[in-house]
Amino acid sequence: MTGQDWISIVSIIVAGFTIAIGSIAPALGEARALTQALDSIARQPDAADTISRTLFVGMAMVESTAIYALVVSLVLLFANPLLP
Amino acid sequence: MDAMTPTTVLTVGPLVITDTVVTSAALSLLLAGGLSLAVRMEGPREALEVVYETLEGTLRDMVTVDVTPIVPLILTQWAFIAAANLVGVLPIVASPTRDLSLTAALAVISLGAGHVYGFRAHGWRYLKSYVSPNPLMLPFNIIGELSRTVALALRLFGNVASGELIGAIVLSLAGPLLPVPLMLLGLITSVVQAYIFGVLTLVFTASAMQVAADRTHPTPEAT
Repeated sequence: MTGQDWISIVSIIVAGFTIAIGSIAPALGEARALTQALDSIARQPDAADTISRTLFVGMAMVESTAIYALVVSLVLLFANPLLP
Repeated sequence: MDAMTPTTVLTVGPLVITDTVVTSAALSLLLAGGLSLAVRMEGPREALEVVYETLEGTLRDMVTVDVTPIVPLILTQWAFIAAANLVGVLPIVASPTRDLSLTAALAVISLGAGHVYGFRAHGWRYLKSYVSPNPLMLPFNIIGELSRTVALALRLFGNVASGELIGAIVLSLAGPLLPVPLMLLGLITSVVQAYIFGVLTLVFTASAMQVAADRTHPTPEAT
């Protein structure tokens, strides 16, 4: 096993862990936001427009954390700077 | 990875022209040409006016500042990004937004728009928003502006590129027709991401104008 082999192995394993661990917190956060929004819409159906609009934008902000993890793992897999 | 990296179409000296450039230029020409042709005709113009006024009303309800100068920018972003995301479902053509360069360019436009409209609303006093609440916060304000721009670019890129990548992987593992449900999901994602990009540009621009507005007309809530 050369050093390059070890770099590939570690990169692949770390890429898997990155996306697995990195998507836990955003998933929980989005679920929480969604339940709150559904709760509010059930209480006040009149405000459904405003709530769902804000929900979309807020979820996009929360989701960007997961997207960062995805981008890092994609870089590790397909554009690894340490591998030739 | 041909699903994620743009393919080179033409090399002119040091310039490398990728399919992203070709597709996005063709889309821009198509959108601009088609719409400017449509407003010359009687029927389509009235339909477009109704659409414009509906969308302008939607934008107006979202923020408290006057959105009239920003509306054309946001609607252009919506039209271009939605078209660029949706063109990926066509065979052969790939979404130009799966290229980080294009999404970064769009995000830089969004960053510039915030500053331009902030300046236009309140002149050089706008720069004071960088040293508020006190000069110690200057680096944090700058980092905030930059990270918000990077997030804007990466969010659009990540969503579109991961959609295309998943489609390609399922296609190579399971064969044709299997990626169709994923592509249908991708259609929703495309439109929602375009919507979100425009709305975030609006929110950032409006907050730049708002900050300056608070400074010139201090209200009890703002202090």
